[in-house]
Amino acid sequence: MSDYTAKIKEISARLLKEEKVEMVIGFRKGTVPMMNEPCFVKTPEDIKKLVWDSNCGINLANYLTGRKEKIGIIAKGCDSRNIVTHIIENKIKREQLLIIGVPCKGMIDKNKIISMFENEINEVSENEENIIVKGEGFEKTLNKNDVLQENCKICIHRNPAIYDELAADLLDEQKDIDRYEDVRKIEAMAPEDKWKYFEDLLSPCIRCYACRNACPLCYCPTCFVDESKPQWVGKSIDPTDTRTFHFLRAYHCAGRCTDCGACERACPMGIKVRIFTKKLEKDCLELYGWEAGLSLDERPPLDTYRPDDPEDFIK
Amino acid sequence: MEDWEPRIVGFLCNWCTYGAADLAGVSRMQYPPNVRLIRIPCAGRMSPKFILAAFMKGADGVWVSGCHPGDCHYLEGNYYARRKFALFKNLIEYMGIEPGRLHFSWISSAESTKFASVVNKVTSAVKALGPRKHGIKAFTVND
Repeated sequence: MSDYTAKIKEISARLLKEEKVEMVIGFRKGTVPMMNEPCFVKTPEDIKKLVWDSNCGINLANYLTGRKEKIGIIAKGCDSRNIVTHIIENKIKREQLLIIGVPCKGMIDKNKIISMFENEINEVSENEENIIVKGEGFEKTLNKNDVLQENCKICIHRNPAIYDELAADLLDEQKDIDRYEDVRKIEAMAPEDKWKYFEDLLSPCIRCYACRNACPLCYCPTCFVDESKPQWVGKSIDPTDTRTFHFLRAYHCAGRCTDCGACERACPMGIKVRIFTKKLEKDCLELYGWEAGLSLDERPPLDTYRPDDPEDFIK
Repeated sequence: MEDWEPRIVGFLCNWCTYGAADLAGVSRMQYPPNVRLIRIPCAGRMSPKFILAAFMKGADGVWVSGCHPGDCHYLEGNYYARRKFALFKNLIEYMGIEPGRLHFSWISSAESTKFASVVNKVTSAVKALGPRKHGIKAFTVND
C-alpha cells in the first residue's frame, strides 16, 4: 500500500503546485487504529499527512456536497460512483473536480477485527496479503481477505468509474460474484418471519443517525426525521419509528446507492443496515437494469421511465 | 373476529379514480364501505410517507389508484409513480408487511364497474389477512 500512498502524494503535490486545485480531499491516519479520517489538504506541507491503506472506508464523496472551489479528490471505486451521482444530482460540477482514482483492493471490517480480540488493539499494520494486529500482550497476523468489509467482498466495481489521474494500475474486477444471496434468503421468508427478522436486526438501534450522516446521498436541507409538522416519524426508539426511519432512509437511496458500506461502517451498534439498500439495489437492477454511478449520461431510475415498465402488481 | 371489519385507506387520483368513485356513487353501485378515500392531485403526488403513515396509524390496508398509463392529466406522472410504487411495494413486503395489504390500480373516470370490483377485491384481500399484529402506533396530541 505504500506505493499507493506515494503516488497519491505525488499527484496531490503536483495538482496543488500547478494550482489546478485549491485543495485535495484524502485520508490521514486516525487517532485510533483502523479509523483513518478524511483530510483536506490545502498546502504543500500538509501533503505528508495523506495515506492510503485498508482503513479508508469512509466515502469521500460526502464532503463534496455544495462545494464551490476546485477540488482534487481521492476516489476508490464506490467513491467515484457516488461522485457521478453527485454530479448528476447537481451537487457539484464535473469541471470543479480532479478525480484521483484509486483501484481499490477492499477495506477491512474494524468491528469484525475488534470482536476477534478480548484486549484493546493498539496498532494495526498491513502488507499486501496480511493484517498484523498488535495489542497489550498479543500480536496476530490475519489474512486480509478474511476480514474484508462485507460490501468489499462482493464488490464488482473496484476500479473508479471516472477519474482524471490514477494512483495505480487498474485491477481485474471480481467475476462470478453472487451479490444478493442474503437478500434472497430474506425474500424467501414468510411475512411473519420477515417481520421478526427486522425486529431483531433493528432492536439495538439507538437512532443516532450515523448511517445517515456517513452517507453521501443524504444531503436534504431538512431530513424527514427532523420534520415536525407533519411529523412522519417519531423521534423515540419505539420499534415502529425505528423501522420507519430505516425504511425511508433506504428508500431515499433507491437507485442511488452504490453499496459503499459507509452506513454500516459508521453504525456504532454494528447493525447490518446495508440489507435494506441492497434490496433496492437488486430491484433496480432486475426491474430497470440500473446500477448507480456508472455513467454521467444516464438518468437515475426514479427520474425516468419507460412506457413498458413492469406493472404486474397493478390491478 | 367474526364481525371484524378492516379499515382501508385509499389514495385516489383526482382526474380518474376519484371520478370513477363519483360515477359509481351516482350509478348506485354497491361496494364495501371499508375504504376511506383521500383525494390526491395525481398518482405522482403519492409520497412513500403517506403509505407508511397510514400503516403506522393503524390502517389494515392501503390502496393507491391512478390513471392508466398514457392517460395521465399531467402526461407522465403515473409513469414515474409506477417505478416508485414497484420499489416501494417490494421493500415494504421485504420488511414483513403481507402482500395482500398494499394495492395499486389504474382506473379511469369511466370505469365505475372496475372501481366497484377493485374495492371488492381489495377489501376481501385485506379481510382475509385479519387485523394487523405489528407496527401500529397510538395517536398522539401531534396528530
